[in-house]
Amino acid sequence: MTGKPAHPDEAQAGLARHLLHQMLRVRRLEEKCVELYSEAKIRGFLHVYIGEEAVAAGVLETLEAEDAVVATYREHGHALLRGVPAGAILAEMYGYVQGCCRGRGGSMHLFDAGTRFFGGNAIVAGGLPLAVGLALADKMAGRARVTVCFFGEGAVAEGEFHESLNLAALWQLPVLFCCENNLYAMGTALGRSESQTDIALKAAGYEVAAWAVDGMDALAVHEAARRAVDAVRSGGGPHFLELRTYRFRAHSMFDPERYREKTEVAHWQERDPINLLRQALETAGHLTEAQWAGLQSDADTEVAEAVAFAEAGTPEPPEDLARFVYSEVHSEAHSERGPE
Amino acid sequence: MKTTYREAIRAAIRDALQRDDRVFLMGEDVGAYGGCFAVSLGLFEEFGPERIRDTPLSESGFVGAGIGAALGGMRPIVEIMTVNFSLLALDQIVNNAATLLHMSGGQFNVPLVIRMTTGAGRQLGAQHSHSLEGWYAHIPGLRILAAATLEDARGMLWTALQDPDPVLIFEHGTLYNMPGELDDDAGPVDITAAAIRRPGTDVSLITYGGTLPAVLDAAGQLSAEGVDAEVLDLRVLRPLDEAAVLATVARTHRAVVVDEGWRSGSLSAEISARITEASFYDLDAPVGRVCSAEIPLPYAKSQELAALPSVERIVRAAREAVGRSG
Repeated sequence: MTGKPAHPDEAQAGLARHLLHQMLRVRRLEEKCVELYSEAKIRGFLHVYIGEEAVAAGVLETLEAEDAVVATYREHGHALLRGVPAGAILAEMYGYVQGCCRGRGGSMHLFDAGTRFFGGNAIVAGGLPLAVGLALADKMAGRARVTVCFFGEGAVAEGEFHESLNLAALWQLPVLFCCENNLYAMGTALGRSESQTDIALKAAGYEVAAWAVDGMDALAVHEAARRAVDAVRSGGGPHFLELRTYRFRAHSMFDPERYREKTEVAHWQERDPINLLRQALETAGHLTEAQWAGLQSDADTEVAEAVAFAEAGTPEPPEDLARFVYSEVHSEAHSERGPE
Repeated sequence: MKTTYREAIRAAIRDALQRDDRVFLMGEDVGAYGGCFAVSLGLFEEFGPERIRDTPLSESGFVGAGIGAALGGMRPIVEIMTVNFSLLALDQIVNNAATLLHMSGGQFNVPLVIRMTTGAGRQLGAQHSHSLEGWYAHIPGLRILAAATLEDARGMLWTALQDPDPVLIFEHGTLYNMPGELDDDAGPVDITAAAIRRPGTDVSLITYGGTLPAVLDAAGQLSAEGVDAEVLDLRVLRPLDEAAVLATVARTHRAVVVDEGWRSGSLSAEISARITEASFYDLDAPVGRVCSAEIPLPYAKSQELAALPSVERIVRAAREAVGRSG
């Protein structure tokens, strides 16, 4: 762990307040998710991102609308900050047709074509090859787009991680790999699963430009991501950020947390990314009481409206069960038409 | 024109590359080597390394990249050397290609074509010879094709590339050298229906892919004995053309399923069950099956041949179905 983030200067104050707001939106939404889970409104697996918000907030802020995002099963925050409405996210967790995937995916499988949000992948490392392919399509089509791929440090043990980094580097593809290193693959500590725990070093072994970043410092994440995204977009090939962060809550709602000490969690909570940025802004005189109250009230209102939206939702009718196993638009299928 | 199954597939790939800029071929040794089975020979020189893209030995990585590229608007053809190797990409095929459309509530379809070799008969041993297409036929969200003729080798690919969803095309390794005549203007074919390769009235021999030639030989032999066999080539293993299966049984009242896959938990079991469920009262005899011995396929030629469906075993099963001990 490193020290407190530097006091943001005037020019950064607006960005910092925005990132604070973004993190707060994610935090409030997920606190509500946990509550709703306890009330059995949400079922299945629920993995919350609480403690890690600086990563999604900092990285996603650097993207353009036409870029693509691939995420994991701990992706509520990524979906929200990419622009998926909180109501559509919550309705998805309620299993309602108003959800962003009609209730087909649930918490672990949020997708949104409108914001080029490609999930929601619940096979660890399974999203990396997809990100490589999305970037390959962009490169072959000559589009200056970036694909950002989020995954946890647990993914580093999977073959798909190594295959994907190699392919991306070999073909110089426009991907930004973002490893959210929260130190535990479910309950297995990094040091108990990897012979080499320096993840950025592994990426560098594939000739991918890689940095380790304090993932509790939203401004540091943003700055590193901005540089990396700019480099990727301008043809610099794949880049890799290891974002050192920590999950404050249990892995899922079924996790008794036998594998870590409460003192360790408490220690990391002293570096809560929301508190850190808030304090830094306040110390520098860039966040008034009224502004802070306003950010909180905005986030609370958004969550309340999302809950109301989800509560008013309806389940998909059972007769729609088999829809979308295959595409419904078969104008192209089985025809002998030429290319578009 | 005279051609072979291999050349027909190559012509289909070349045609697709010429017709659509979004199409590219990707796989192990498809480029500089000319293709493990020489299917893509010459295409690397003709279309260049971007569109005839050699990959590292990373089945999961490049199949997943194919899925991602399809999501990104391309029309990739991914070649996997053999179905045994495709098991290394099973995560991407089953957990991503087959699920994304449904899981995303209809938002993300995956217009990807995966070609791979299947089957035995070339003394390649237990890690290059199995027929696992029946496993893929188990998975909703995939379309599974087996090309058994030159027309299908030439025509299935382009139609598959027009499909908005993932299509797997299985090419039996013993068919690549199969010679024959193909119309000069041969082109895309339907990929939804089974086809009758030989009409008959006494017994239906239901098969697909690499066993079609043996089944046709068996039908010829049966004909000499006065048994008129109908041969149905399934062509599409998922979604099954159940109507065609039931229709042939309704005509002949007897069925033998010939499948190089193993018998337990197999495609042949599925066909047999569908016939029994829907056409039980049409049947004049139990549904017969000719499959591979339930062993990892051996190297030695005599042992490999003994394990596989043979003309002799098919003829015997057909005789049993029509009540002749022969």
